[in-house]
Amino acid sequence: MKHGKTGEGYCLGVESTADDFSVGIATFSGEILANVIDAYVPPEGGIHPREAAQHHAEVADKVIEEAFKTAGIKPKDLTVIAFSQGPGLGPCLRTGATVARALASYLHVPLVGVNHCIAHIEIGKLKTGAVDPVTLYVSGGNTIVAAFDAGRYRVFGETLDIALGNCLDVFAREAGLKQRPGEPFGAVVERFAKNGNVFVPLPYAVKGMDMSFSGLLTAAIKAFKKGEYRLEDLCYSLQETAFSMVVEVTERALAHTEKKEVLLTGGVAANKRLQEMVRSIAEEHNTRFCTVPSEYAVDNGAMIAWTGVLAFTHGIITPLEESFVRLRWRIEEVEVPWVK
Amino acid sequence: MGAEAYLFLAEWHGKKVVLKKRLPKKYRIPALDEQIRAYRTVHESQLMHEAKKAGVPTPTIFFVDVKNSTIVMEFVEGRQLKQLLKDVSEDDRWQLCHKIGELIGKLHRYGIVHGDLTTSNMIQAPDGKIFFVDFGLSEKTMELEARGVDLHLMKRALQSTHFQYAEKCFNAIIEGYKSVLGIDEVKNVLDKIREIERRGRYIAERRSE
Repeated sequence: MKHGKTGEGYCLGVESTADDFSVGIATFSGEILANVIDAYVPPEGGIHPREAAQHHAEVADKVIEEAFKTAGIKPKDLTVIAFSQGPGLGPCLRTGATVARALASYLHVPLVGVNHCIAHIEIGKLKTGAVDPVTLYVSGGNTIVAAFDAGRYRVFGETLDIALGNCLDVFAREAGLKQRPGEPFGAVVERFAKNGNVFVPLPYAVKGMDMSFSGLLTAAIKAFKKGEYRLEDLCYSLQETAFSMVVEVTERALAHTEKKEVLLTGGVAANKRLQEMVRSIAEEHNTRFCTVPSEYAVDNGAMIAWTGVLAFTHGIITPLEESFVRLRWRIEEVEVPWVK
Repeated sequence: MGAEAYLFLAEWHGKKVVLKKRLPKKYRIPALDEQIRAYRTVHESQLMHEAKKAGVPTPTIFFVDVKNSTIVMEFVEGRQLKQLLKDVSEDDRWQLCHKIGELIGKLHRYGIVHGDLTTSNMIQAPDGKIFFVDFGLSEKTMELEARGVDLHLMKRALQSTHFQYAEKCFNAIIEGYKSVLGIDEVKNVLDKIREIERRGRYIAERRSE
């Protein structure tokens, strides 16, 4: 095994599942040396996969260079390269994978394909000190309640259709909400919701342990188009309804698994109201509430680098011919030998 | 004990009963909280009663207190299928799952979907009868989609709690379901389950096709 001059191993992680291109560098002992994120901001509408991939290809060398500079190491110090192999948008994933393959071949170091959702959980554990949490992972592309059991992370509940973050984003766009510079749409909804106080009943859809947000989105847009409600009240009602759904499922997973930690992560984890609700169930179940710092809760390269370290040090490498991207790679397909 | 409601053992007019009380959830705003609790209390009682008519044993309801979102119901002595399935022989497990499938078939034939089919929500009484409990997420519907989701959830529940023999159990359930609803209906619902899984989030199943 190749090590840097201090005897320490280094892993570089490439993240490119959706609109963010990011490169992180982690040491084998769990220190994050760099986490450079370059977000693609579409001129209008949602993420166009091909245009986002184009952006990733354009910024890749700059982001990699900055990561090395921040970390204060040289490419030849690297022990292993990790990349986000899925799930995500095809063109975006392929761009990141190409970058990772090229780096690994050039530097003659092994490659590790990492599951994006598992990386969110692992960086959350690293950054909060959680050991065995029930994880609520909510973002623009994923809505998952997961916990470890028998060698793998198991999904206890998830969306049957669109992701929670997607529901908020699309509503914000349909309602013509304007972003402040650098403000994600979810944050705009949160800002408006703060000034809402009239609850407009919207469909609440928890089916067993799974959730559905598409009906909620349609109903919220319809209510908006009727023009009878204040936008603030609609944002408030949309948030309350959608968050209550994910929190209900998380609470049930906590009750079922009897785990002692709950980890909130993903882009939507930045929402203060959601944090407050998850903290409430954590207290009720005598559980530690862990929320991931924002730069590690959004899509980021550091989480890929760190999960790459965990996998690589447990004997997992991804041969080049098996490094094809997996657009719909589920977390329970992945064995995680580093978790006991 | 689940997260949604609290169950209390109590005596009610000389009978041993279970009180199922939905307590307010602090994380939800009162307007939404009250709406969810009242709806689920009334709905659950109605559907538990309806399920009996469908031929599925459920605890008898004695009293419904909507204001306090509490249901007073018969206490069923017995063992949870969640534990039972782990303790029995492979043959008995198959028989039990076949029986579960028959009961789900009877519910669906009558136009009820349970909404939360897990082996924690099934109790075998000493006389062998299997009781379904927790109709808190049930719906009255004849829709194939709802039936598909119901069975899909059963499958998912088996995979998360009994993953070593989840597939065999689910096959036995489908056999039981078929014995009630017939082969055509089973074909339709299995197609529906595949479609639900194909919607993208259940790719392992998709690949195996």
